[in-house]
Amino acid sequence: MSKGRFSSILKLSVLSTVLAFTSNVSADPVKAAFVYIGPTGDHGWTYAHDEGVKYAKEKLGDDVIMTTIENVAENSDSERVITSLARKNDIVFTTSFGYMNPTVKVAKRYPDVKFEHATGYMLEDNVSVYSARFYEGRHVIGKIAGRMTESNVIGYIASFPIPEVIRGINSAFLAAKSVNPDVQIKIVWVYSWYDPGKEADAANALIAQGADVLMQHTDSTAAMTVAEEKGIHAFGQASNMREWGPNAQLTGIINDWGPYYADRIAAVRDGTWSSSDTFAGVQQGMVKFAPMNNNMPTDVKNEAMKAIIDLSMGAIHPFTGPINKQDGSPWLAEGETPPNFPDLLTMDFYVEGIDSQYPN
Amino acid sequence: MNESLFINIIIGISIASTPLIFAAIGELLVERSGVLNLGVEGMMIVGALLGFIVQFHTGNPFLAVVAALLGGMAISSIFAFLTQFLLTNQVATGLALTLFGLGFSAFAGRGYTEETIVLIKAVDIPVLSDIPFIGPLLFSMNPLVYLAFLMVYLVWWFLFRTKQGLILRSIGDNHDAAHAIGHNVVRYRFMAILFGGAMAGVGGAFLSLVQVPIWGEDMTAGRGWIALGLVVFASWQPFRIILGAILFGGITVLQLHAQGFDIRISAQYLSMLPYLATIIILVSLRIRLKNKTNRTVPNCLGRIFHSTS
Repeated sequence: MSKGRFSSILKLSVLSTVLAFTSNVSADPVKAAFVYIGPTGDHGWTYAHDEGVKYAKEKLGDDVIMTTIENVAENSDSERVITSLARKNDIVFTTSFGYMNPTVKVAKRYPDVKFEHATGYMLEDNVSVYSARFYEGRHVIGKIAGRMTESNVIGYIASFPIPEVIRGINSAFLAAKSVNPDVQIKIVWVYSWYDPGKEADAANALIAQGADVLMQHTDSTAAMTVAEEKGIHAFGQASNMREWGPNAQLTGIINDWGPYYADRIAAVRDGTWSSSDTFAGVQQGMVKFAPMNNNMPTDVKNEAMKAIIDLSMGAIHPFTGPINKQDGSPWLAEGETPPNFPDLLTMDFYVEGIDSQYPN
Repeated sequence: MNESLFINIIIGISIASTPLIFAAIGELLVERSGVLNLGVEGMMIVGALLGFIVQFHTGNPFLAVVAALLGGMAISSIFAFLTQFLLTNQVATGLALTLFGLGFSAFAGRGYTEETIVLIKAVDIPVLSDIPFIGPLLFSMNPLVYLAFLMVYLVWWFLFRTKQGLILRSIGDNHDAAHAIGHNVVRYRFMAILFGGAMAGVGGAFLSLVQVPIWGEDMTAGRGWIALGLVVFASWQPFRIILGAILFGGITVLQLHAQGFDIRISAQYLSMLPYLATIIILVSLRIRLKNKTNRTVPNCLGRIFHSTS
């Protein structure tokens, strides 16, 4: 947290110098700022956002000036950072769920500045929300995991019990169960987005308890390196982690924010920006996949590819009834799919069949 | 619970505890000399980075550990110079050291976030490791784990069985008196701080050389602060560091396993336990101090020594 402050100051000063230079060149570039929860070197969540920023910068060139701030903790610190960015920018992207309240709070004080909050659900006239249907990605890797596990235990390293993470767990479990009725999912919460040591500890604990396929909803590549070392399988998270697990990685869910960022910043430039609610998935290309590795049989690969195609055509929905909640109460009737709000965006229950107790 | 799982949990605990043992035993010696260095986190992360870089380029674990040791020492020498020669406030300087270490390593390590290395592996001690159950438990650990235990013993031996150790403790308790009878307070403290830096460096490198083969900014994730708490927990007694580290590290690992077994103890409450224990120990120390039965807290801890002659 304190380091976040340090590097933010450093970056702001560097960027303001850059700003002073470039403002002479271009007429009136859009000033866009991004708040990151972790370091861009995590090769996960923050890395993926930063790749999106690079893409947008490339696409818009001199029309935009980007400011990025890493390692901003989800506490009062974030409000301070967002406020200071709002003073100097036209549009501010806050890229973690925990920034929701501070973003809305700051947005009310700066009505002329546009805000974009990732993975949340609180809309305002000058606050858009955007998120990716990562659960569609989880559907695909869930199917692969269900086929690939020999111990019938899938290990899941989870970060915080927020709707996005819960959706992922439920989707992965349902998909795995659909191809392997005996499958079991072991969930370990590390209560951190980024702590390589603890993520590795969690991976080791899950493997010791019989998991032979790992999924993660944390940001570092630590679990992948453990999977590689222990000779089991795992999935890249948010980016392609093949380099850390050439034999371990089956595929990976890739977050592609680039086109969205370019569109939204261009909309500010063109004066067409309006508050919107985006929840895009495989179909829109916001959720992509790392290449299918050759460590899985062709039929498993084909099944996964088919799921991806079906998702991209909108032919299937990972949550298609009948689905009961963990306590056995009905959630979705036969053939029913859930609405974005409230079911998906505020999901706070496990589906039937998951053994673990829901974290409180 | 089957045997291999049990062994696995014990190994997990040893892996989680070792960085804490290194960092805390170094800080213990520093505090025994009367200096409070809050820069442990910063020294650890620099050690983690340097160890990783050297392992990446040379593939030689010995050199990697030495690099981490020297790196921790180098950055601690800044603290030593500022506090011992320029007499700056130790708390502020220590905090600055942590900020500096984190920022510096993030900056210097930029080119290494995409790399991976060969981990330092555990070694089987011949014959002994073949003993069923006890063998894999005690004689198949990572060499650095043994080194951590050895360092605790050495620090105890130094402090309580050598003349220099006695002098160091007396400096920590009353630097004016020690100075008056002719001991070089600044030199002892300078050396102690360097030792603390070296140990923190190795502790940090344990993360990037043994636990995960990656370098990540901020990867120490607060372990330096836990090490500081550990010194208080141990009430400045070397062997209690081991107990404390196993408690702190063990709780992390055990609660991960408990979750896997779906044993529902709130993770947050469990994570709180070691800190709660530290507070209780602090309070009891305070009470014993009032009753003048306490002889462990270095009296001059954090106080600036200003030689008048």
